[in-house]
Amino acid sequence: MAVTTALPRDLDAAGATPISYWRTVAWRLARDPATLVAGALLGLIVLSALLAPWLAPYDPNAGSIRLRLAPVGAPAHVLGTDEQGRDMLSRLLWGGRMTLVAGLTPVLVAFVLGTALGVLAGYVGGLTNTLVMRTMDIFYAFPAVLLAIAISGALGPGLPNTLISLSIVFVPRVVRVAESATVQVKSLEYIAAARASGAGVPAIVRHHLLANVLGPILVFASTQVSLSIILAAGLSFLGLGVTPPAAEWGLMLNTLRQSIYVNALVPALPGLAIFVTSMAFNLLSDGLRDAMEIRT
Amino acid sequence: MWAYVGRRLLLAIPTLLGASIIVFAMVHLAPGDPIAAVMPAESSQAEIEATKRAYGFDKPLPVQYLVWLGRVAQGDLGKSIATRRAVVLDVRDALANSLVLALSSSLLAFALGIGLGLLAAFRQGRLLDKAASAVAVVGVSVPHYWAGIILIIVFSVQLNWLPAMGAADDPGVLPYLRHIALPTLALALIPLGVITRVVRSAALDVLNQEFVLALRAKGLASRRVFTHVVKNAAPQILTVLGLQFGFQLGGSVLVEAVFSWPGTGYLLNLAIFQRDIPVLQGVILVLATFFVLLNLAVDLLQTLVDPRIARH
Repeated sequence: MAVTTALPRDLDAAGATPISYWRTVAWRLARDPATLVAGALLGLIVLSALLAPWLAPYDPNAGSIRLRLAPVGAPAHVLGTDEQGRDMLSRLLWGGRMTLVAGLTPVLVAFVLGTALGVLAGYVGGLTNTLVMRTMDIFYAFPAVLLAIAISGALGPGLPNTLISLSIVFVPRVVRVAESATVQVKSLEYIAAARASGAGVPAIVRHHLLANVLGPILVFASTQVSLSIILAAGLSFLGLGVTPPAAEWGLMLNTLRQSIYVNALVPALPGLAIFVTSMAFNLLSDGLRDAMEIRT
Repeated sequence: MWAYVGRRLLLAIPTLLGASIIVFAMVHLAPGDPIAAVMPAESSQAEIEATKRAYGFDKPLPVQYLVWLGRVAQGDLGKSIATRRAVVLDVRDALANSLVLALSSSLLAFALGIGLGLLAAFRQGRLLDKAASAVAVVGVSVPHYWAGIILIIVFSVQLNWLPAMGAADDPGVLPYLRHIALPTLALALIPLGVITRVVRSAALDVLNQEFVLALRAKGLASRRVFTHVVKNAAPQILTVLGLQFGFQLGGSVLVEAVFSWPGTGYLLNLAIFQRDIPVLQGVILVLATFFVLLNLAVDLLQTLVDPRIARH
């Protein structure tokens, strides 16, 4: 995947910079309704997940056998109840917390680790590059879903194992993008100029390199969030992720799957939540990429 | 070009070896004693000792790996803990079912995705283009296991048109098609989204080149311009198709679990629940090998279509 960076922003080029890069990006984003709506929706989802303890009308794990599979719109349970009589609205709110943590953490880990490894491989080059990049290639021998399930399947269920296996899926992807961006920026003249003017490696990397590669890497990482969320919930759906009785969207979908013959709408809700969240992340990252003029 | 082909073939070997190391390591990733991971709980002491010797569990890890790799190279993937059957047999049967599903969903996604992507590119900015973009976003955003459940709810539970689970028991083409219809639809969603998007942007890239303007200027019918555009966008589209087919084969685990389709994904799911590590290893190794070889084939095919690539 070839990555071309945005126009180089040389931080040292002080003086006449009428409109900064980020102000241009903000200006473009403000004129992109789809991205704005997606961003607002995402804000709402994150906020409701954060505020779940205060927003949820019921204890997400307290159910009553007599109230099983109440339909959407039932009195006192707006979104119905699940197969154990637990309030769906409360579980969806709490479940969002878990799904977002399980989906976002691996991408965050991959962003930090992958950037470090990729910049190292790209900047140092030579044997280091070969070693790092060929190791990453090995992980490309598996489709993402298969790799996640393989590692989780061997490690066993649980949130920490989900985070480990998904991080292993996403680190190599970020490394590839970071390396190719680094190699590209490294060959630009202003890096040579900085080197010629006596700047040390740490200064070059910090001030000149990172400033120009972080944007594309960030945008790439943001495109991976929706896949990470779908995979995290998917692992729970297979019984490999978050363990019951915790509320998590994928797990809820799994336990409610048997109930589609009794009540078709309630079992569809957790999946709808995954879908909407993942779509919002996709639209947001698309908009971000366009606004930052980054081609991935 | 032959030098490129040779180099590309050689590059696949370390990747395959690396993949085999990861698969080998799975036994040791599994919590507990590796022997417990590959032996049924009720095995006799003699059986355990025999397995220990056969697998060389008393030897250092690199030796164990080589012993294991040697067995794999001879087609011995070990025995299933649950069924005591040779893993190769289970994987072979499942792989056939998965291949059929991957093929059917790929064909559906390829046909729809290429058509929609091309139409969108030639109608840029119009309603059809917007609709294609919507299809693309929904396709890559939808959790396909959930889409599968929705399909079951609509077509099996509510309308009662199609069966919800499994493969056909009775012979005949129609029952088979009825069983494979819903998993095919569910599995086609992601590649449909990806392909629509890539085909649209590949066609647009070509459309924006000067030679297309020249073709139009000299008065070529739009049907002929279309042919030129498709020809020039073909290499890029081909790569995506190949990759997507590979993803279909390895990525069908969740959909197969939803529909109880007796493929590799279903086998994998079963193996995970029974903590049947040899089956887990076998399925993943076979699928990864398939995936690597497929990527290789796509690369080589691409150089045939577009010889410029080999020069890079």
